[in-house]
Amino acid sequence: MASRDMTGSEIVIKALIDHGVDTVFGYPGGAVLPIYDALFAQNALRHVLVRQEGGAVHMAEGYARSTGKVGVVLVTSGPGATNAVTGLTDALMDSVPVICLTGQVPTHLIGNDAFQEADTTGITRPCTKHNYLVKAMDDLPRVMHEAFHVARSGRPGPVVVDLPKDILMGKGAYRGPDDVPHRSYRPAVRADRDAVAEAVELMATARRPLFYVGGGVINSGPEASKRLTRLVRLTGYPATVTLMGLGAFPASDPQCLGMLGMHGLYEANLAMHDCDVMINVGARFDDRVTGRLADFSPGSKKIHIDIDPSSVNKNVPVDVPLIGDAGTVLQQLLRAWKALERQPDRKALAAWWKQIEKWRGRDCLRFAESKTSIKPQHAIKRLYEKTLGRDVYITTEVGQHQMWAAQYFKFEEPNRWMTSGGLGTMGYGLPAAIGVQVAHPESLVVDIAGEASFLMNIQELSTAVQYNLPVKAFIINNQWMGMVRQWQELLHGGRYSESYTAALPDFVKLAEACQWTGLRATRPDELDDVIDAMIATDGPVIADIVVEKEENCFPMIPSGAAHNEMLLGPDEKAEAPVSEEGMVLV
Amino acid sequence: MSETERHTISVLVDNEAGVLARVIGLFSGRGYNIESLTVAEVDAANALSRITVVTTGTPMIIEQIKAQLDRLVPVHRVVDLTIEGPYVERELALVKVKASGNRRVESLRIADIFRARAIDSTGESFVFEISGSTDKLDAFIGLMEPLGLVDVSRTGVVAIARGKEGL
Ligand SMILES: Cc1ncc(C[n+]2csc(CCOP(=O)(O)OP(=O)(O)O)c2C)c(N)n1
Ligand SMILES: [Mg+2]
Repeated sequence: MASRDMTGSEIVIKALIDHGVDTVFGYPGGAVLPIYDALFAQNALRHVLVRQEGGAVHMAEGYARSTGKVGVVLVTSGPGATNAVTGLTDALMDSVPVICLTGQVPTHLIGNDAFQEADTTGITRPCTKHNYLVKAMDDLPRVMHEAFHVARSGRPGPVVVDLPKDILMGKGAYRGPDDVPHRSYRPAVRADRDAVAEAVELMATARRPLFYVGGGVINSGPEASKRLTRLVRLTGYPATVTLMGLGAFPASDPQCLGMLGMHGLYEANLAMHDCDVMINVGARFDDRVTGRLADFSPGSKKIHIDIDPSSVNKNVPVDVPLIGDAGTVLQQLLRAWKALERQPDRKALAAWWKQIEKWRGRDCLRFAESKTSIKPQHAIKRLYEKTLGRDVYITTEVGQHQMWAAQYFKFEEPNRWMTSGGLGTMGYGLPAAIGVQVAHPESLVVDIAGEASFLMNIQELSTAVQYNLPVKAFIINNQWMGMVRQWQELLHGGRYSESYTAALPDFVKLAEACQWTGLRATRPDELDDVIDAMIATDGPVIADIVVEKEENCFPMIPSGAAHNEMLLGPDEKAEAPVSEEGMVLV
Repeated sequence: MSETERHTISVLVDNEAGVLARVIGLFSGRGYNIESLTVAEVDAANALSRITVVTTGTPMIIEQIKAQLDRLVPVHRVVDLTIEGPYVERELALVKVKASGNRRVESLRIADIFRARAIDSTGESFVFEISGSTDKLDAFIGLMEPLGLVDVSRTGVVAIARGKEGL
């Protein structure tokens, strides 16, 4: 038996280091003071002091999604833990590996409504992949190692470890991580061989095939994107990418049809509607992608690669499920495809591409430029063009600007694009950008923001300053909660209830007050200079891009509509008013 | 829409704090039905509990329920007894009846037919213990109603596969 010579706090820190953690995003408080004491005594772990715990979780998400590593958060009990809930839910929805260490009142006080006590495991049970309350010292090393295993294996997700103060202060023995398989949690990695054979057979019989690529490919690691790219090119089939999958397949590839879904591209959505064989790689048939389920890709046979069996047949029945890690299954598919004797019908494929080119010819992302006001689409397009070829990472907030960023910014690689997809959390982008910048200090990291979202975690401006993180906030400032305004215009008779922020801060002065550089563009001829200056500035910058106030985001599939009922631009009205079923949808 | 089906599912889980809350939270959070749910430790040496849950839903929902249960970290195995093969289901109820005279005699006579045992009696009441299928218990309780049914406590269904294989 090892000697009990370490405190619980030291064990926690040792475990973090043993799992390769270099950075912890956190905020102190009474219950976690012992951990802060242990942090004080070491140099291996860097602590980033946030300004609100909600920011810490998004930072850990940005860190995790841009590196493929587990992001780590440290917060105190009670309000520290409850402030983390939004970020945990966000990480759960988008399958981001995050470990959140929460302080807890000492074990003998649990259940007594002690000061800063909250039922953290109870509150976070539905918004974590798993959580632990450590009640015995001897469990601590195992729980720490298990937390890492659970957070990063299978479908990644957030894990909470709730740490009572007496455990943190008590003495115990540390055991390092071992290779013993988990008692019960062993997600499948390789897909069933027969299913793989069936899948390639089906792929080869396709006349109108389509790859439907999701964030699972990115979660699987960069190798998965490479294999996917090889497979797509080998087949010659078109590929569409979800919001979470952007970068998993190079946007510049002629076989890339761009993003699909509610604000997806015309060609992507129509190809989805008309395809006869769909190869879903790590996507989950989210309602933002499928539109009206009853009319979703009605004529296709569906192959679905997913590491999470509960994603299969959840919304859309599939014909060939392949349960396993995207990278591994893609490797299996590549082998089987190369060994296949049957050849796809090249003539049918050529006809399919001809059809797709026709749809592409609609040029659905075209927009009317203006000489007097900056069009938001134009601003993002210029940002893209001016950062092309640079080492750049993009985060976003939530709203129209997020959709325009997804449409006009093109990603060639995975892990370059961080956005809150599943939960749609306003306030994600600034802290996420800070987390990305911590992991990539030399890179250009830009939060493409809406002015309303940006205010939701504005306190983190000073975190960036404290750690010399030169993040750039590119605010698409339309003074409106633009996405809300758009829905009110299109669905609620133009009754703009509470979607205008009548008192916004002066973002340039705000930047200066927080020791950021503040820049502003209000006219189209100022835009390029501001973008150049933003990139050239060494420190953090807010670029307040004052844009056309009432621009709408198109294409748009109105809620409850099908892919082939898309609105292409402001001059198009929906053929039928949105149905009652559509109106209740979010 | 496809037909709703009733399935009996056995779930082998770590006997640890919060595991039942996870299972119940899963059902309530995702809007699945629970007709009955029982839990008790079945293997003390390995700290394993067995949960038997009876649920209803379309085949797609039933598949979802099983996949969702299976991905909970402390869950070892999920077996859908309804489709895995023949199995037996039992439930136990304690039924209190307050009756005198003819009704008292009648309640005893019915208990006898149902093989229920009187495990407590006073001058004006009985507590019957009855086990069997859910339908049988329903029928028994239904017959006791007019005779002076006072109180019912039921365990919910426990189930096990027939034959020699374990879970
Ligand atoms: C925390 C949170 N609250 C509310 C919403 C609902 N919502 C979605 S988009 C949006 C408006 C966002 O406005 P802004 O950040 O200015 O972006 P824009 O749409 O104008 O580009 C709102 C309120 C949300 N997604 N997240
Ligand atoms: Mg706005």
